[in-house]
Parts: sequence; C-alpha cells; structure tokens
Amino acid sequence: MTEIKIDCMGQNCPVPLVETRKALKKAAVGDVVEVTGNHSSSKKEIPMAARAMGLEVLDVKEDGERWTIRIRR
Amino acid sequence: MAEKATIVVQSGEFDKVFSALIIANGALAMGMEASMFFTFWGLQCLRKGHLDKGPLSKMHMLGLGKWMIKRRMKKANVASMDRMLDDFVELGGKLMACDMTMELMGIKKEDLRDDIITDYCAVGSYIQEARESSITLFI
Repeated sequence: MTEIKIDCMGQNCPVPLVETRKALKKAAVGDVVEVTGNHSSSKKEIPMAARAMGLEVLDVKEDGERWTIRIRR
Repeated sequence: MAEKATIVVQSGEFDKVFSALIIANGALAMGMEASMFFTFWGLQCLRKGHLDKGPLSKMHMLGLGKWMIKRRMKKANVASMDRMLDDFVELGGKLMACDMTMELMGIKKEDLRDDIITDYCAVGSYIQEARESSITLFI
C-alpha cells in the first residue's frame, strides 16, 4: 500500500477535483490518496466524488482555510 | 441509466466552451463517463491552436473584455482550457467531431486535433450517447 500525496494549494475549480480523480485512477486498489488544498467547495465535493465512486473517505482535516482529505482506493 | 454526461458544444465563444469543459471534467472527476460532441461554432475550437480563440459571448468589447477576463483568470489561478482538454482526455472522456459541419465549413481532419478526437460522426452518434446518459446539455 502506498500513500500518494497531491498538493492543490491555491488551485481553483475544477483542478482539485480533477487532480484527485487523476490520482485515484493511477492508484492501485488499497492505496491512499491524500489531497491538500484551500478551494472551499472542493472540501465537500471531493468526499462527494469519492463516495459516489464507492470509495472510503478516511478523514477530512481542516487547518484554517487549508484542508486535507484522505481517500482509500 | 448509465452514469454518463453528454454535452453538445455548438457555441464557439470562449466562456461557453470554458463552461462546457469544466462541466465535462467535473463529470469525469465525479466518477461518471463523459462525451463532448462538437458541432458548428463549437467545432472551430477543435481546430489546431483554436481552443481558446473564440470571443466572449458578452462584453467582448473588440477583445478588451476577453483580455481582462483572461488576466483575472490567471490571477485567480483558474486552469487554462488547454489543460482542461488534456485532463478530459487523460480521464477517458470522448471527443466527437460533427462530420457534417466539417463538410459544410470545409474543415479537414488534418485541420483538427485528430490526435485526441475519438470519433467523426453525426447526430445518430450523439443520440446514441445521449440515450445512455443521465445528463445531457446543449451549450
């Protein structure tokens, strides 16, 4: 199992969502994708996308405007 | 119904094609399939080097409006249309080019982004995609 980190700090719609999907597509089953950013809508839409694809959202952490979401492929 | 979005891109204006690409990428990112069918003015955008060359649909002001929007987009760190098209292709989106428009406007395959176009087709193919889609839009 590997942990794939993607940095979307400062990125706007739809980049954090798209980059998360690209990382999930490349990941192997069981891998964890961790995405960090500060685009506010993506904080709720990335977990929404993960759940729609039947994936487990491990956690959503917030530190001011910055958020970190971990998803298991 | 399949989890798929099919978008007809009939407009060639910068802001409309931009919206179409955002929605199409959003659908792919949310785990759906996505197809874009380019026709009429929309097809002009699939000509090599023409993706973001259309005018604004409002307040173009001989290019001044577009220049301002592009500057603001850069400032807001909004992705370029070229990047969004690359992402769309990378995530498995289908690009369909209307062959009737090509004939009508004298556009040849070699004028278009043949490297990424999935299919040269007509209305029947759009309907076939749309009937399998839960979202279909005309932009």
